Amino acid sequence: MKGNTMKIYLQIKRFNPEKDKKPSFQKYTVEVDRTDRLLDALIKIKDSDDPSLGFRRSCAHGVCGSDAMVINGMERLACKTLIKDVAEKDGDTIKVEPLRTLPVQRDLLVDQAPFFQNYRKVKPYLINPEHVPEKERIQSPEKRNEFDDATKCILCAACFSACPVKKEVNPAFLGPAAVVQASRFIEDDRDRGFEERLPELDYPDGIWPCENRFECTRVCPRNIKVTKLINLTKRKITEFRKNKEKT
Amino acid sequence: MIHEYEVVIVGAGGAGLYAALEASKKAKTAVFSKLYPIRSHTGAAQGGIGAALGNVEEDKPEWHAFDTVKGGDYLTDQGAACLLADEAVQAVYDLENRGLPFNRTPEGRIDQRRFGGHTRNFGEAPVRRACYAADRTGHMILQTLYQQCTKNDVSFFDEFHAIDVLIEDRKCAGLVLIELATGELHIVRAKAMLFATGGFGRMFRITSNAHANTGDGPALLARRDVPLEDMEFFQFHPTGIRNMGILITEGVRGEGGILRNNKNERFMERYAPTLLDLAPRDMIARAILTEIRDGKGIKGDGAIDDYVYLDATHLGREVIEAKLPEIADFCRTYLGIDPAEKPMPVHPTAHYAMGGIPTDTHGRVYADSIGNRFEGLYAAGECACVSVHGANRLGTNSLVDLIVFGRRAGQHIADFVRNVDLSPLPVNAMGSAQKFVRRLFDGKNGPRPAEIKKTLQGVMMRNVGIFRKGKEMAEAVEKLEELRNEYLEIRVNDHNKAFNTNLLEILELGNLLDIAYISAACALNRTESRGAHAREDYPERDDKTWLKHTLAWLRKDKVEIDYSSVDVSVWDPKPRKY
Repeated sequence: MKGNTMKIYLQIKRFNPEKDKKPSFQKYTVEVDRTDRLLDALIKIKDSDDPSLGFRRSCAHGVCGSDAMVINGMERLACKTLIKDVAEKDGDTIKVEPLRTLPVQRDLLVDQAPFFQNYRKVKPYLINPEHVPEKERIQSPEKRNEFDDATKCILCAACFSACPVKKEVNPAFLGPAAVVQASRFIEDDRDRGFEERLPELDYPDGIWPCENRFECTRVCPRNIKVTKLINLTKRKITEFRKNKEKT
Repeated sequence: MIHEYEVVIVGAGGAGLYAALEASKKAKTAVFSKLYPIRSHTGAAQGGIGAALGNVEEDKPEWHAFDTVKGGDYLTDQGAACLLADEAVQAVYDLENRGLPFNRTPEGRIDQRRFGGHTRNFGEAPVRRACYAADRTGHMILQTLYQQCTKNDVSFFDEFHAIDVLIEDRKCAGLVLIELATGELHIVRAKAMLFATGGFGRMFRITSNAHANTGDGPALLARRDVPLEDMEFFQFHPTGIRNMGILITEGVRGEGGILRNNKNERFMERYAPTLLDLAPRDMIARAILTEIRDGKGIKGDGAIDDYVYLDATHLGREVIEAKLPEIADFCRTYLGIDPAEKPMPVHPTAHYAMGGIPTDTHGRVYADSIGNRFEGLYAAGECACVSVHGANRLGTNSLVDLIVFGRRAGQHIADFVRNVDLSPLPVNAMGSAQKFVRRLFDGKNGPRPAEIKKTLQGVMMRNVGIFRKGKEMAEAVEKLEELRNEYLEIRVNDHNKAFNTNLLEILELGNLLDIAYISAACALNRTESRGAHAREDYPERDDKTWLKHTLAWLRKDKVEIDYSSVDVSVWDPKPRKY
């Protein structure tokens, strides 16, 4: 692993509600391996340099969704970002900021409550009042695959932060992740909750503000085709309306 | 602030959420969790949940129970194992009915695959028992349970960290917690409480466990004179990503992956001729270390960072992308390799605590070795010890444990609270927690918590790891005594109240130190080899002396040990061969 170590700077946006009127950047020097995670660098700073640095972390391998933040301008998980992905050489600076569109609690910690409120709105659970015939419900592998992409979501809020519509056009927009959750059930042939969810999606601040800017898809650390799922759901709603008008 | 509930659940992983779903049907219930619920480590479980559905080949719960007992090297309580295997079947159907997206057979049933130690007809050959959702089964279980909690309006208190438990005369009165957002202490009175705080793999340097896995529940209880059971048994998963410890699911070998040394040999042929790469985890972890020690690691120098290969290249890209997409992603992200093209460099990683808070099959916590219990105190999931895993857990059985015993505890606790009143709070209930926190903020300077943690993790890894020796473990116990003393000198560096993660880490470190201390003392005490507890100075299993559970108390900074009997009512202990 020789020659892999480098000295870099982390420029971290800090805010302490007990002391600061507004956020400001603080610069830290840290020695890291090129293949270290950015999270490793943050932990190193917290352990040896500045224990007051605030951030969330848990699994450290991209499955729990705790450490989404804005790294060099882009939403990423700190534990799924290697130093070499965001810094090339000795002396490089990596800029680290909290997620956008959510209130900052302290340093890199944001209040996730608004995000989870929107999640809950779309009734993110299987709705099917029918009696289960025997043991498990039958579902073909093909039908199971139709909603596979949406099941990967870890609710990290990266898409919620990156959405330009939320930032610039309509802050009340439901946001990409909630639609992904709705889609996960709408596309599941065991679910019967489409009409029950409809009022939560089909209203001006619901699914419709999305303008296909694709930022959600670009930043999703789980590589979910978020925009595609939003469009799929929009189409379902339009078709449903059309059929309803006919009958 | 004082809250009042009938039932309080600490921890929001699989066991906590399942218990909350059941308990909240009948009783006023709240879940307190130090993480946002959906961030719990259940979500990192990959390969599957074992249940004898028999969807792809003949299988029986009885075979599953036997495998669990044999896998646990006969320290498993056999009645509990039978119950686990029986109820696993309905538990999996329940999860499916609640929306869990299992992979499917061509006929549309829940698909099943092979996993380590799970066999047909009492050990004849591997059987396809693990129900799975790609290699994110735990993620899907956690999501499904959280979805159901959302549907049923379960009350959550997110980012509350428990720091003391109020028990008087073996009766539970409540809990003291600190709220991360404000730094305020809260008292929660409850008729009954359930701990579901998960594991404590972070006491080792290389682990698959999340940073949050610091044994908070068991440590809190140990400090209040609750015994811990079988703490010497800690599982190392054979296949963690080299140096990082990130888990590579046993499902890789379930799908046909093969372990190879630097001579390209399938070395498991020499250690487990029948089950080969699907032998139980303790045996494979030892086999890997033995190969490395014999100079057959890939580097060949036998050093601490030597490793072996897990080869999945022959499975083909289609199988890997359909059934193992997560680990393929890990390999690309952290190793820069594609497992369809190159073998994965792996080394055992600290993974799972077989031991924990001693409970019966309803989750009720035992107070001593003769079956007396605490009133209103429950535990479930990895932090508990029923014991269904004995000296070594089989793959997939942790998820079964969460679901089966999370549900049972939730049902029992809801019935229990109907007939009891809140216990009076002890005098000065918050006193001990307040005193502890105040000292941390007294403005003095102390040692860095990160240094103590690093030393702790290094000592446990070297001296209480896969192969153990009396002398080394005695050194570890001594070192841990020192570290526990040093810990008392630690002070916060961050003096703010809101979102003080420095304080949180110090509290977690205290828990890890106590848990490591108890674990090391129990390991030193057990002079035999059984399951994951492999002693080079006592290489044989000794049923005559040691077919018994350890119960350990932390009293006046010393570990006191007693024993309780093992339920061997179904199968006679036999030598363990695969």
